[in-house]
Amino acid sequence: MLKSASLAFFLFVFWLLLSGIYEPFLIGAGVFSSVLVVWIARRMELVDAEGHPAHLGWGALTYWPWLIREIVVSALAVTRIILDPKLPISPTLVRFRPRQKTTVGLVTHANSITLTPGTISMEVAPGEFLVHALTREGAQAAADSEMDRRVERFEAGR
Amino acid sequence: MTMLIDVLSWICLAGGGLFCMVGAAGMLRMPDFYTRMHAASVIETLGVGLLLAGLMLQAGLTLVTVKLLVIGLLVMFASPTASHALARAAMVRGVEPLLERGEGASKP
Repeated sequence: MLKSASLAFFLFVFWLLLSGIYEPFLIGAGVFSSVLVVWIARRMELVDAEGHPAHLGWGALTYWPWLIREIVVSALAVTRIILDPKLPISPTLVRFRPRQKTTVGLVTHANSITLTPGTISMEVAPGEFLVHALTREGAQAAADSEMDRRVERFEAGR
Repeated sequence: MTMLIDVLSWICLAGGGLFCMVGAAGMLRMPDFYTRMHAASVIETLGVGLLLAGLMLQAGLTLVTVKLLVIGLLVMFASPTASHALARAAMVRGVEPLLERGEGASKP
C-alpha cells in the first residue's frame, strides 16, 4: 500500500511538471489519472520492488554522478580510438560473475555497462554476464569492477 | 551573465554536434557490427547529453528544462536497453563478433 501511495505521488508530480497549467480542472484530472494508473498497475501486479524500486533511496541517486563521470571518461577514450588513423581496437568478449542478487541490481549493472561507450552487455543472467568490449583493456576493466561494487552497495539500500 | 550562459550553451551545443559526428565517423570506420555499436554509443551518451545540456542552459530555470531532463533520463534508461536487445538479437542470429587473434578469448 505504501508503494502504491508513493507511485501515485511520483506520477502526480510528473503530471504537474509536464503540464505547467495549474487550474483546478487540470490538477483534478492529474489526481484522477495518477490514481487510475496505480489502480491498473496494481491489477497487473506491477507495483513491486521491481516496478517501483523506491526502497533504494539515496544510494541510487549518488550512483548517478559517478556513472556520468565514467560515461564521459570512456566516451572520450572511444572518441580517441575513432579519431586515431590506425584505429587501435582489440575487440574482446569477456564472461564474468556479477555480485548483484536482485533483478534491479543486475539490470542496473548491465545497463551501466552498455551505457558506458566501449562495452556492451550481450548476455545477462543472474551470476553470469557476457560483455563485448572494444579493447582488451576495456574487457579486463569490466570484470570485477568498481561499478560492480557500487551497484552491489546501492541495491542493498546503503 | 546572459552572455556567459550563452557562450557555455553554445560550447555544449557545438560539442554535442561534434561528438555526434565523431560517432557517425566511427560507425563508418569500424570493421564489424558490434564495434560499430560501440561507436554509436558515443552519440547517445556524450552527443545527446551535451546537446540537452546546451538546450537546458538556453531554457534557464523553467519547466522546459525539467522536460529536457526527463528526455535525458528516458534516453539514459532506454538506449542501453535497446542496445542490449540489438546486440543480443545479432548474437542469437549468429553474427560472429570479430575478435582479436590469440589471447584465448572465450566464444559464446
